[in-house]
Amino acid sequence: MTSMVELHDVHKRFGPLHVLRGVSLSVRQGEVAVILGPSGSGKSTLLRTINHLEKVESGTVEIEGELVGYRRAGGQLHELHELEILRQRTKIGFVFQSFNLFPHLTVRQNVAEAPLSAQRRRRAEVDALVTRLLDRVGLADKADAYPRTLSGGQQQRVAIARALALEPKVVLFDEPTSALDPELVGEVLEVMKDLARTGTTMLVVTHEIGFAREVADTVVFMDAGRILEQGPPSQVLDSPRHERTRAFIGKVL
Amino acid sequence: MTLPGATAELAVQRDEPALRVVPRRHPLRWIAGGGVLLLLAMAGNSLVTNPAWEWDVVGQYLFAPSVLRSVVLTLELTALGIVLGFALGTVLALMRLSPNRLLSSVAWGYVWFFRSVPLILQLLFWYNLALLYPRLSFGVPFGPGFFDIGTMDLIGPLTAAALGLALHQAAYAAEIVRGGLLSVDPGQREAAAALGIPRVRRLFRVILPQAMRTIVPNAGNEIIGLVKGTSVVYIMALPELFYQVQVIYMRNGRVMALLLVAAVWYLVLTTALSAVQYYVERHYGRGRS
Repeated sequence: MTSMVELHDVHKRFGPLHVLRGVSLSVRQGEVAVILGPSGSGKSTLLRTINHLEKVESGTVEIEGELVGYRRAGGQLHELHELEILRQRTKIGFVFQSFNLFPHLTVRQNVAEAPLSAQRRRRAEVDALVTRLLDRVGLADKADAYPRTLSGGQQQRVAIARALALEPKVVLFDEPTSALDPELVGEVLEVMKDLARTGTTMLVVTHEIGFAREVADTVVFMDAGRILEQGPPSQVLDSPRHERTRAFIGKVL
Repeated sequence: MTLPGATAELAVQRDEPALRVVPRRHPLRWIAGGGVLLLLAMAGNSLVTNPAWEWDVVGQYLFAPSVLRSVVLTLELTALGIVLGFALGTVLALMRLSPNRLLSSVAWGYVWFFRSVPLILQLLFWYNLALLYPRLSFGVPFGPGFFDIGTMDLIGPLTAAALGLALHQAAYAAEIVRGGLLSVDPGQREAAAALGIPRVRRLFRVILPQAMRTIVPNAGNEIIGLVKGTSVVYIMALPELFYQVQVIYMRNGRVMALLLVAAVWYLVLTTALSAVQYYVERHYGRGRS
């Protein structure tokens, strides 16, 4: 199995705050990694460094062996031109906690925007793709609706379809169900489970321990900008080695 | 678990028929309404019966060719002021939001200066620019000039008016556009960036259409303000609407009638613009309930 996402000794500071303190992580193709941890532990920042929404101070991020955001030359890392970074981002789907759908565009336009403008694919081809994706997330009948008219769960499913429209190598989920009413969480998790079953490489930041247990190949526990432990769910969730992990899982369960 | 006591209580039958709801009376509203109607009737009556309004003269001049030409000039000045003003204002707003400190400081300084100096003074300044620079030269900065031209030939009254209105308007437009851009949720920019959408496309497809919801009502105010604001260019003897009616009443002495002609035209223009604004707002409000 080849490594799809490879982080090596990533550091990130926000002013005096040292948010990521040397994070290394490897996710293989088709693997589902669930990242757990208390708020402020750097989970979301970690996810955002992977598609270069946050620049790293040191360390490297690679997708399929290609450096993200930088070019190696003469023992230094040079930040890439904006267009190069945009091209790299089309290989990485990102699903936000607050959906961030474009409110002035219909569901169909939301999903079609990136393939049309970022990948310059043909309209007819994109139309067929959008129809297929909306069908997959169970919203084929909402293609011409505006996001505001949908429930939170439906909006997040559209956001997932929008991320998949780039046909990315890996999809990153940043607390995808945290902004949802409890009865709407299930429908979003169902769509994500379906993705996992069909071999999508996924990194998921979430507090849904049940989802981690059922779907994850690897559970990663972060605390204070470091990865404390990682392994299969049975190990990390049921017999954690660290006291911090045990205390956290005890609280959220 | 059931509560037989509670359900029994809820099920108590009322013998009396359903009660009719009588709304409260508002006698003061009726009295106030009557008073206002009376005042309106008095005003309307005097408009019709007082011959000094000279409605026939108003009618005679409303569509006079010289008045119509002046209405067109007023519209042209407004259009020039708004189009050039918002074009420059958008550039200034983007400069102001730039991480480059020099660019943002210059934009701030521009807005500070042009908002602080009265429009009428700016107009006279541009009109009299020849006193400062009799000839304007075009060429390499600090180097040789290719050609030069007399300032009076380049900046006539019309150019001075358009220039003054546009530069003044740009200062306000910059703040309106900046406010609009800032009103868009940062998550929108982030989502567009994460999807790999190119920067220019991000601005025009994602950010600006949402910013327009905030920009349009304020811009509408500015445009309507400018339709009337063009009247200050009368000091440069440009035959726009206000100057033109003055010329006519100086000649024939029908002051009130001709001021009414101008008032009617300003009402027509601003009403038409308000109607346009309503539809533009509805367009950019799509997707919002």
